[in-house]
Amino acid sequence: MSGLAIENISMRFDLPGGASVQALKDVSLTLAPGELLSVLGPSGCGKTTLLNIVAGFLAPTEGRIVLNGHEVKGPDAERGMVFQQGALFEWMNVRENVGFGPSMKGMPAAEKRQIVDHLLEVVGLKDFKEKAVYELSGGMQQRVALARCLANDPDVILMDEPLGALDALTREKMQSLVLKLWKETGKTIILITHSVEEALLLGERLLVMAPRPGRIHKEYRLPFAELGVGKDLRQVKKHPDFARTREEILGMIWDMEEEIMGQPGAGE
Amino acid sequence: MIISDLGQELAQLGLGLLRALPFMIGYVLLILLFALVWRLVKRALTPRRDFTSLKTVTFGDESAVVSNTVASVISVVVVFLLWGAFTGSALLPRFLHAPGPFIGQGSFTYTVEAADGRRDDARVDVTVYDKDGVVDPAAVAPGEGIAKDDSIALQAYRSKLLLWDANDEVTRKDGARIVAIDGKPVGPGGEVETAIGRVAVTDKGTLNVVPAQGMQMEEIWLPAPEAVWHRLITIWRDGYQNVTLAEHLSYSLFRVVVGFLLGAIVGIPLGYAMGLSDWFRGWFDPIVEFMRPVPPLALIPLVIIWAGIGEQGKIILLFLAALWIMAIAARSGVSGVKISKVHAAYSLGASKVQILRHVIIPNSLPEIFTGARVAMGVCWGTVVAAELVAAEKGIGKMIVAAAKFQSTDIVIMGIILIGVIGFGIDLLMRWAERILVPWKGKG
Ligand SMILES: Nc1ncnc2c1ncn2[C@@H]1O[C@H](COP(=O)(O)OP(=O)(O)OP(=O)(O)O)[C@@H](O)[C@H]1O
Ligand SMILES: [Mg+2]
Repeated sequence: MSGLAIENISMRFDLPGGASVQALKDVSLTLAPGELLSVLGPSGCGKTTLLNIVAGFLAPTEGRIVLNGHEVKGPDAERGMVFQQGALFEWMNVRENVGFGPSMKGMPAAEKRQIVDHLLEVVGLKDFKEKAVYELSGGMQQRVALARCLANDPDVILMDEPLGALDALTREKMQSLVLKLWKETGKTIILITHSVEEALLLGERLLVMAPRPGRIHKEYRLPFAELGVGKDLRQVKKHPDFARTREEILGMIWDMEEEIMGQPGAGE
Repeated sequence: MIISDLGQELAQLGLGLLRALPFMIGYVLLILLFALVWRLVKRALTPRRDFTSLKTVTFGDESAVVSNTVASVISVVVVFLLWGAFTGSALLPRFLHAPGPFIGQGSFTYTVEAADGRRDDARVDVTVYDKDGVVDPAAVAPGEGIAKDDSIALQAYRSKLLLWDANDEVTRKDGARIVAIDGKPVGPGGEVETAIGRVAVTDKGTLNVVPAQGMQMEEIWLPAPEAVWHRLITIWRDGYQNVTLAEHLSYSLFRVVVGFLLGAIVGIPLGYAMGLSDWFRGWFDPIVEFMRPVPPLALIPLVIIWAGIGEQGKIILLFLAALWIMAIAARSGVSGVKISKVHAAYSLGASKVQILRHVIIPNSLPEIFTGARVAMGVCWGTVVAAELVAAEKGIGKMIVAAAKFQSTDIVIMGIILIGVIGFGIDLLMRWAERILVPWKGKG
């Protein structure tokens, strides 16, 4: 069986002083190869925790992650990760950053160069190969991060608010890029975001999570990602269903936030 | 007891500060004066408007305040000007000199009252010569009356007792005493300002002549800049006490470099071990945290007891000075790595060794360089101090040896050299940092 299975994941953090936080409770989900899932939810509902468990940085207190038939035990190149910011290696230039995964595998230089050149071309940075990463703008840095992740040819790409720190315009361009890469490479992608619009645009499937304990609140299947591939995303936003779904989800998240605010300090 | 002693010290200090206050105020006024002059010059010369000149908010805007090169240049020049002015430097035109000591001839009069109430005046001719030209007292005719005229010759900055009654008809033994100097009444213990300086009546009734000193520094306190420069040239050529200057300097530098390198070679791996393993961290934390606040200078006596005054002792000392700094720098360089970078490397398929090699080490280099700069500075300071205490060669040794002979020019030359070399080391480290870790602060 191929694809990614998240099976009855629970996560409890023990805090100093005996208290504990139930960050996730009994979360289950399966993703077929090539599916694009976006995850939304109020702050603190366990999105990052879930992603870290899938990536293998954290071991869940209960449940397991199964990828292509084998259980996930730790981080691995089959599951690539794109962080919000600051995860590039500033002591390497753009080319070395993108080639990091292949280098670690000991790939021959010629082959590596081909991959790096190709990916930099795809993300539109072929003229910046030798630049230091700290000389690039925030949007360019995220493109490097995407290319670096793709260079390893992972089965699953995990993104934790990858576009969160970008300005609106850059963000829109990057959203198109993510869609394009998804379609061209056929990767399974999980993308966490705080923007409902982004979740709608970039989610074939959309997961809304609820806090305390972190769990799946509602799941959607959406047409917008398919519609958006290679198109102007502003056109997609004019789709009648788009505004309706957006309002529905916004309302849902608002209610959850209100609930949290209404009972300060509560929770496990 | 202690409190009152310390209180007295504090009072002394306050008094000293109070005396220095006019000079400090004068210096600040000088700074402001130059600022004003430069502003006027600049306004006259450049109508150009750069970005900073367009800013209306410059106070508190850090980016608007960069070091003004002109101010730096003037500041250095002023230091040398003041130095020259207050030492009567031959490099400066006379009118820039601070008032010098009284040199030449002058006189004052004193009034004697004999036991029976008779009074008479006598004149004292005073000759003050500078240290290069001894002059004999002028010959004077004794004159009329019970008090006879005197003469005295003395060197600038020195004082001299005058036995005024040596030639007078009435003497102190007879009960005669001085009641006025230059017509101003004075008694034993008092003093009068005269044209040539202060004249005091001692408790025993003789006169103490203190020629006016002016505002210049005597050479044994502060030699003129050119004297220091000439001293540098002669010492560079001939050495001091049979050791050349180059030898003194290279001994000091050798100790610093070897001590620092040893400290870095041990300290950096130690810091890495502490940053990567909780066991090592736990083991060395108490040691490092205890040793860090101990100033290396405090170790000098112990190191001398253990290793003597040879090279070994000093290198051990500098090793210890550098060790903790480098260990702590490496430790914080490791623990300062962003977890997302390590996570990224793991999910790109890197092994632990590869992460150490390609992520943790490069990430820690900027911190290590900062540590190295601090360590080099501390080592340089420590080596000089250690040489002051005990050494056979070295720049510190040279200046204590010179101090014993009151060769202030050598002491000052040594201090300047120490400063210049310390500054040079820091420049070198900064340059290396720019070349080797250009990503510093860009994370
Ligand atoms: N290492 C940890 N130790 C203790 N508690 C933790 C830890 N990591 C996360 N938590 C708790 O788990 C809960 C979920 O955290 P998580 O970071 O997954 O939220 P999130 O949904 O990603 O939030 P955000 O949208 O703000 O990024 C929070 O209540 C947080 O306090
Ligand atoms: Mg998060």
